[in-house]
Amino acid sequence: MQLIRRSALLLLLLPLPAAAGVLPEDRADLMYHYYDGGGVTIDGPSLLVRKKFAEKYAVNASYYIDMVSSASIDVITTASPYDEERTQYGVGFEYLRGKVTYAASFSNSSENDYDADTASVSISQDMFGDLTTVSLSFTRSWDDVTRRGDATFADKIDRRIYGVDVSQVATKNLIFGFSFETITEEGFLNNPYRQVRFVDPDEALGYGYEFERYPRTRTGNALSARARWYLPYRAALQADYRFYTDTWEIRGSTAEIAYTHPLDDEWTFDVHYRYYTQNGAEFYSDLFPREDFQNFLARDKELASMQSHTLGIGVGYEFKPAWTDFLGKAAINLKYDRIRFEYDDFRDLRTTGFAPGAEPLYQFDADVIRLFFSGWF
Amino acid sequence: MNGIRRLPLGALVAAFIAFAWPAAATDASPPAPGFTLANRAGGELSLTALKGQVVMINFWASWCGPCRQEFPALDQIYSKYKPMGFAMVGINVESEKADAERFLGKTPVSFPILFDPDNRVSGSYGVSAMPTTFLLDRQGRVRWQHRAYKPGDEAKYIEQIRAILREKS
Amino acid sequence: MSLGRLAATALLLVAAAGCSRLEPWVKPYERENIADPIMAWDRDPVSSSYMRHVYESREGARGAAGASGGGCGCN
Repeated sequence: MQLIRRSALLLLLLPLPAAAGVLPEDRADLMYHYYDGGGVTIDGPSLLVRKKFAEKYAVNASYYIDMVSSASIDVITTASPYDEERTQYGVGFEYLRGKVTYAASFSNSSENDYDADTASVSISQDMFGDLTTVSLSFTRSWDDVTRRGDATFADKIDRRIYGVDVSQVATKNLIFGFSFETITEEGFLNNPYRQVRFVDPDEALGYGYEFERYPRTRTGNALSARARWYLPYRAALQADYRFYTDTWEIRGSTAEIAYTHPLDDEWTFDVHYRYYTQNGAEFYSDLFPREDFQNFLARDKELASMQSHTLGIGVGYEFKPAWTDFLGKAAINLKYDRIRFEYDDFRDLRTTGFAPGAEPLYQFDADVIRLFFSGWF
Repeated sequence: MNGIRRLPLGALVAAFIAFAWPAAATDASPPAPGFTLANRAGGELSLTALKGQVVMINFWASWCGPCRQEFPALDQIYSKYKPMGFAMVGINVESEKADAERFLGKTPVSFPILFDPDNRVSGSYGVSAMPTTFLLDRQGRVRWQHRAYKPGDEAKYIEQIRAILREKS
Repeated sequence: MSLGRLAATALLLVAAAGCSRLEPWVKPYERENIADPIMAWDRDPVSSSYMRHVYESREGARGAAGASGGGCGCN
């Protein structure tokens, strides 16, 4: 199932080059990730290792697995629960020369009906006495879409992402960041299993199903700004805002506030709140008036008018491992997020006794857990 | 349409490459600004006390990765050239001593460490990178400045030190 | 926003980069707090890229979530 699909490639945006001038430290992270919400459970490992050489070159490698057990609302109402696995690996290279970091990376994600290859290059430079860092990036991906149980179906997606990122030191205790990204996609952009519903008095339920139909292109632009303050008693406060708009007429706003509080030199506590709101795609409807109502039809709740609220906490403990000299420093972290998804025009079809279009609006809560061990060497 | 899109990006990439500049080492011979700073070993140390020796001044901080990396190399240089009339001071620029003391506990060095918590000396020397290393001759003139540090830079330091040591007073 | 605007903005940045004679108002030796690990935009890349993925597969908006650069400004 393609529930991860498009975003799989965006995991590739993993290690962006850090400040030019100095390459990030050598480290390895091993994480267990767990998601449970809306009838879907996904968990698995994630591994990232990075190492630099002569302070000029760095390589990184990542390996990630999603083990999916899905009984989501779409699956329950139109199909049957399934289990699946998605594997992703990536490699990246960085070259630092003076104040400029050049980076290139490649990743591949594969599951039984979706395969994505992504390549990315970026260039990052410090300027104005190292107060400003500007990065430009370009990502290209090639996705192959198939459908389980249908050997005749095969299609593609061609995707390009252009990004600009600026990080600016404002005062001794305040930094700003700005990002702009434009994402353009062409190909089979919907889900080969998902269906939309339309009013049909001849059907027992009062509505019938037909396959969704999406445009074959989509271009979106995202612009974000963030600020991070150093508080005098040694803590950090960050505020983020992002605005997104695309050619499907989706408009999304994200706002986030995060607080980091270290204790001694060993413990770090994080708490954050994130709010997201979007209005639905132009061709989205929970219930179309009749079959084949318009050119494009969508009932993917991801494209509905919706909001999400997240409250998250995290705790980390840093230590010097006594059992090995190889690691100069290590840390263990546990992060928990609770996300509530609320839909304004996507209805819960698992309920009975409602007229079509009068079912209660759908909402669900998700628990997301990350437990990871980091080692610096 | 795709070709046109690539053009501005390509031009930008080329422009950024053109702007890349490596760590600079410049030659200058003005007199070094004087200072008197608290010495970690106790008391104070003035630049005037070092006149007559070839002096290397290293501005460093414990939060600066390349500074920490450089320290063992500086200590080696100090031990080797000290008998030949060479002096080295490490000026710490942090506002509080705690982090520097912790670092020095793990990475001890034998050359004097001075504290410049209000950054007056850093300002007077025009420190524009972390770390920055100055090399003074026996007359107290700044003969060489090295900004930043990458492993292998110590070879350049040694080259400059030996050249100035060879000069007649 | 069109790609033309993106190019114009970025070219402006490049032109501005030419004004590198601008004196930094936060000196390199004053960057102690900014260089503190808690001030990093992204302390745990494995965790943050995973959360980005969790949101992007369930929300319509994508992109511009990452932050890079800054830090100690050494070298």
